[in-house]
Amino acid sequence: MSWLFQTELFGFTLANWLYFVVLCLGFIAVLLGGVAYTTLFERRVISLMQVRRGPNRAGPLGVLQPIADGVKLFFKEDTVPRTADKVLHRLAPAISLFAALAAFAVVPVGDAYLIPGFGTLQLWIADLNVGVLYLLGIASIGVYGIVLGGWSSGNKYSLLGALRGAAQLISYEIVLGMSLVGVVMITGEMSLRGIVQWQAEHQIPLVLLQPVGFVLFVVGMFAETNRAPFDLVEADTELVAGFHTEYSGFRFGMYMMSEYMAMITVSAVATSLFLGGWGGPFGFLPGPWWVVVGVILFLFLFVWVRATIPRLRYDQLMRFSWSWLIPLGLVNLAVTAVLVVLLDS
Amino acid sequence: MSDVSFESGDGELMKVNMGPQHPSTHGVLRLELELDGEIVRSCNPVIGYLHTGMEKTIEQLTYVQAVTITDRMDYLNPLGNNLAYSLSVEQLFGCEIPERAQVGRVLLAELTRINSHLVSIGSGSIDLGVTSVFLYCLREREKVLALFEELTGQRMMSSYIRPGGLAWDMDETWCKHARAFVDEMPRHIDEYEGIVTDNPFFRERTIGIGPLKADDAIRLGVSGPLLRAAGVPHDLRKVHPYTGYERFEFKVVTDDAGDCYGRYKVRVGELRESVKICDQALKLLERVTGPVKTADRKVMPPPKSELATSMESLIHHFKLFTEGMRPPAGQAYCPVESPRGELGYLVVSDGSGKPARVRARTPSFANLQAIELMSKGQLVADLVAIIASIDPVMGDVDR
Repeated sequence: MSWLFQTELFGFTLANWLYFVVLCLGFIAVLLGGVAYTTLFERRVISLMQVRRGPNRAGPLGVLQPIADGVKLFFKEDTVPRTADKVLHRLAPAISLFAALAAFAVVPVGDAYLIPGFGTLQLWIADLNVGVLYLLGIASIGVYGIVLGGWSSGNKYSLLGALRGAAQLISYEIVLGMSLVGVVMITGEMSLRGIVQWQAEHQIPLVLLQPVGFVLFVVGMFAETNRAPFDLVEADTELVAGFHTEYSGFRFGMYMMSEYMAMITVSAVATSLFLGGWGGPFGFLPGPWWVVVGVILFLFLFVWVRATIPRLRYDQLMRFSWSWLIPLGLVNLAVTAVLVVLLDS
Repeated sequence: MSDVSFESGDGELMKVNMGPQHPSTHGVLRLELELDGEIVRSCNPVIGYLHTGMEKTIEQLTYVQAVTITDRMDYLNPLGNNLAYSLSVEQLFGCEIPERAQVGRVLLAELTRINSHLVSIGSGSIDLGVTSVFLYCLREREKVLALFEELTGQRMMSSYIRPGGLAWDMDETWCKHARAFVDEMPRHIDEYEGIVTDNPFFRERTIGIGPLKADDAIRLGVSGPLLRAAGVPHDLRKVHPYTGYERFEFKVVTDDAGDCYGRYKVRVGELRESVKICDQALKLLERVTGPVKTADRKVMPPPKSELATSMESLIHHFKLFTEGMRPPAGQAYCPVESPRGELGYLVVSDGSGKPARVRARTPSFANLQAIELMSKGQLVADLVAIIASIDPVMGDVDR
């Protein structure tokens, strides 16, 4: 076994590599399971809100429903329209899914824990010192999945959905970015782990220091994940299914997975940045569980909003962003900057 | 919203076919759109995908059999269609309808209006993405349909209102159930309004969308909630009362906006007024007793008990069940206010047992003409709201 520790590859030992691969696979497995059960969670909760029952046939309380759905999607025919750009059409869902998965890399679910007989287990994948920038960058890559998917389908509805998606995500990324700058200014950290540690040290969740930033982030995350009321890219009553009209089978499933994955990721980011992350419960719960509770709360918010609020129109959405959210974000930044300087000195 | 420009510049239009299989076109409506970016430059409705030749079919049927066809034209307003057709046939005969039948007809027509407006408000909300209200509305609609089923044996196509009166009487248990529904309905309307009416997102999506001015509406023959939302207090129940509507107290709900929001408000207002009418009708039913079929033996068969004793009754019975009723030659048209507007059947009789011609003046058909005017210059996303606010029933358009 000693060769594992002696052979080096790019400056790491093979044991290090193995550890990271297993860690990443573990994260992906948990996330995909989470995605599957988020779909069930959404369907059950929204049915309760809408005096329906929701899926309750497959297994007790419908717990096998996601598996049935997955199996069904997997065996469906994967059609590519004749007018489509074949390569891009096949590639686009993968980009979406990749971006959704990769974004989670910098989200810390917990601290490093010492497990007897094994060693230390860290509950984050990467502790980038520019984690916040990485998140925004990956989010922008995710847009390619939507735009390319819509454009390459050779369908007019898809094209309209893709165009809306591009416009929407550009506006709301600015909002998202601005809400993060306030957090970065207060903590002086750009790594998500660092921000969580700062909150744990000061025993205060940032939502109390950055309430406006929190609201902006929540609005931005609805837009970023294309969820109602910002689900224009797939506005089902106007554009059939928007950018993924022409997708079927597992490629359609990949889009669905990336949407739910993105929901989980932004929920986890929001928990880390504003609710204290794993340092958050301040003694009530073990850290990682607090993150899980936070994620579930945000997912519930996603579902609740979807059941209640109508879809915005594309120009209203843009106006909302440019004439309300971005000025609000700027004011918030200015106030935060002044306060940080005053309180520091 | 005018501060955002959608001009694409090069003026190249994209042709899009919306429908006939599209999630939000309320049936098989096809719209040929010319889009400039997302702006609708022209919108041409193409109809006929649900054409089943119903008017022609009626010519092959007796006057009573034809009632079953009228149910199926506007499937959200089956009893209202029965009523309009029956009134025209009764006009040909000039027969008297007993009071109890008239009150029952008003009650059923208003329950049907509630049914139809619930679907309209519900599907209008789901088109804009408020999924919950749709299900709440359908929950109450289900109760209306259950009432119909209890009374007539059919949820939708009941053919319960017939030339000459009602198919049979409404019993006390049914009236009790109807009373329970009428009493709980105002609370549910508050519920829908609580989610939708003051919802800033909903207002943003509907105020000023799909404008239709009063004179344009009149010019196009538009009627019903669309016309009333444009500020014209035209309601046939008030201006040209039929089947005893003059004895009921209700307001004609109007709105001056003439946009999708105004139409939504008119429909909600009409829901409340309909509930009031139902309430009055149920109170009247407690007092008014008597038959629910006309005494005119040329229209309605005599009661079974008379057959053994009266030769005349036996002959009437035989004639009605072999040839059907035979109205005198002539034509009659008696319009009613359906949930969608003016609905009337022009019934032409040549004196035989089958109508020579039945022409339905259906509100959905006339209202749909306004879509081009309403949608020009609007966005594709608004088109969905506009279609929902017209509330067309394709069976009613194509027949």
